[in-house]
Amino acid sequence: MRGRLKIFLGYGSGVGKSYRMLDEGRRRRERGEDVVVGAVQPQTQGAALDALSHLEVIPMLRQGDVTRMDVDAIVSRNPGFCLVDGMAYDNPPGSRWAHRWEEIEYLLERGIAVIASVNLQFIEERQDEVERITGRRSAQTIPARLLLEADEIEVVDAPPTPGATNPAQRERLSALREVALLLAADVVDRQLETYLRVHGIEARWGTQERILVCVTPYTDTEAMIQSGRRNADRFRGELIVAHVYQRPLPADSQAQFEAILRRASEAGAEVARLQADDFVDAILPFAHSRGVTQIFVGHSIHLRWWQRARRSSLERLINGASDMDVRVFPH
Amino acid sequence: MPKRGKFMIFLGYAAGVGKTYAMLEAAQRLRLQGNDVVVGYFEPHDRPGTTALMEGLTLVPRVVREYRGRRFEEMDTEAILARRPALCVVDELAHTNAPGSPRAKRWQDVEQLLDQGIDVLTTLNIQHLESLNDQVWAISHVRVRETVPDWVVSQASEVLMVDLTPRALLHRLERGVVYPPEKAARALEHFFRESTLGGLRELALRQAAHVTESRQELVAAVKSPAANDRILIHISADPSAAMLIRRGKRVADHLHAQCFAVYISAPSDQFASTAAVEKHLAFARNLQIDTRTIAGDDAAATLVEFARQHRITQIFLARPGRGGAAKLVNRIVRLAHDMQVTIVAQRGPRTG
Repeated sequence: MRGRLKIFLGYGSGVGKSYRMLDEGRRRRERGEDVVVGAVQPQTQGAALDALSHLEVIPMLRQGDVTRMDVDAIVSRNPGFCLVDGMAYDNPPGSRWAHRWEEIEYLLERGIAVIASVNLQFIEERQDEVERITGRRSAQTIPARLLLEADEIEVVDAPPTPGATNPAQRERLSALREVALLLAADVVDRQLETYLRVHGIEARWGTQERILVCVTPYTDTEAMIQSGRRNADRFRGELIVAHVYQRPLPADSQAQFEAILRRASEAGAEVARLQADDFVDAILPFAHSRGVTQIFVGHSIHLRWWQRARRSSLERLINGASDMDVRVFPH
Repeated sequence: MPKRGKFMIFLGYAAGVGKTYAMLEAAQRLRLQGNDVVVGYFEPHDRPGTTALMEGLTLVPRVVREYRGRRFEEMDTEAILARRPALCVVDELAHTNAPGSPRAKRWQDVEQLLDQGIDVLTTLNIQHLESLNDQVWAISHVRVRETVPDWVVSQASEVLMVDLTPRALLHRLERGVVYPPEKAARALEHFFRESTLGGLRELALRQAAHVTESRQELVAAVKSPAANDRILIHISADPSAAMLIRRGKRVADHLHAQCFAVYISAPSDQFASTAAVEKHLAFARNLQIDTRTIAGDDAAATLVEFARQHRITQIFLARPGRGGAAKLVNRIVRLAHDMQVTIVAQRGPRTG
């Protein structure tokens, strides 16, 4: 059976990730569990060093001034848990595994549970954001999927004060902290979705805001998408743009409309194309299946059907989308 | 007036994640750095690790209040103010004081301490945040009564996430670290389900990130004023108004929008439902929303006119029930054709 992976995620060095990880190892050992330390960082000190002194350490191998985990020794020792501090280290050239995270995967495959720690700065997919904040990229990184696939992740939060001597530095740490918290929230969201699906629980809690902008050639599409983008950004939520295809357009209008949708997709929105005779019948099941929390529609939905139908489309939409905010936009 | 105290919140998503522990650890660090630290209120819950962290910290004795023959022990804010520490530790920000206390809510006691220049460390669970009340209800099926307005939390200089995975929390509960056995068994059946805990945890993480972000944005906003969103909430006597107010204010806070709440009183129903409307208006004011009552026979027209006068960009309406309410929504949407109109979701546990 594959071992479980638990990751402590921090937003900077000195927030106490290593300590939290080693402390968990110590407490597990006190409760009689079989715990070893596979990798420590050279700068371990203070409370973390104290926790380390209560633990069995598998010595690391030294190669020049680089150290790497002794994976074979760990596997033959076959502990219940192996602690790995600093997931993102690379091994010296010529090693069996180029990256420490690959060694972790190997340990997991061998049925050893791993408790590891990593900093936001070392997540491959977050390098652009990190560079925007700090001006630097990391040469050694781990793929974000390790976090998403981990059995558990825990955030190690701390005020951005230790070590932050000037306001600019403090600001940078705050920004990194925010990215780390949101990354953890996304991981939790994914895990929650899986849990609910596996247990057959049908629930939409709106813990993550999802905005669905419904556009037709008759709506002020550009303004609605812009507002959707802004709202999604402010809520750190997701943006979905749905186009309900009803009837063919003149070629130039069609091209114009397509260009707007393309820009939306370039701006990070997911663009969905729905086809149906009835706008509401198309939108509602889609919105429900995607756990949408806010639906944006144009006024035209109201005006176009207002006189014709006994109950307007807007009324039907409002009734059907009872667990979503419905926002009607000016035409 | 002394310089206002600094305020740090240890945010959790359930009992037992280690908020009090983390707060006392921070207090001990500050004490060892030579700060004058007292504990104003501390809820030991008989957790040995936490109680041990009290060592060396000065505890200001609680004041005993009697109400209908029962004794309540509350934080003695007046004694703390007289003692004038540099920093005061106050557990459980959302607590409601016993009747007859000088202030109804502990967060009001904390405001008092901050006003007098005392720094405060405090703890809060996400389910007590006012604007998330309906979502918390949907997730946990528990309607939380003790809430803290969002603006109180936004004042904190830091909101720190005290994180623990639900799995680890459930183990703690099973080992009896959090509650005594019979209470733990009840908790496991109700609130402490892995899915409920996961949902609340996600809300807490996002909230902690949001507070961090607003702080950076406020700095940026001073330099370049963003698009000016202005939000108007239409208040009625209907019980759904509370949900509407919470949601409208939450959206306004995220957009940094100015927020108004208006009740249109028809001359004909002068005496109808006044108490309910007053309650809703007071609730809105408590959340620092600008509230008005305007007389008008035609609610839709009066509301939209007010919106135009005040350059409102977005009107928030409750989900219509039957008949009259649906007509009102339709009319407002038609009249306010140059604004956004939001009909707010019915958030809550799924029934059936």
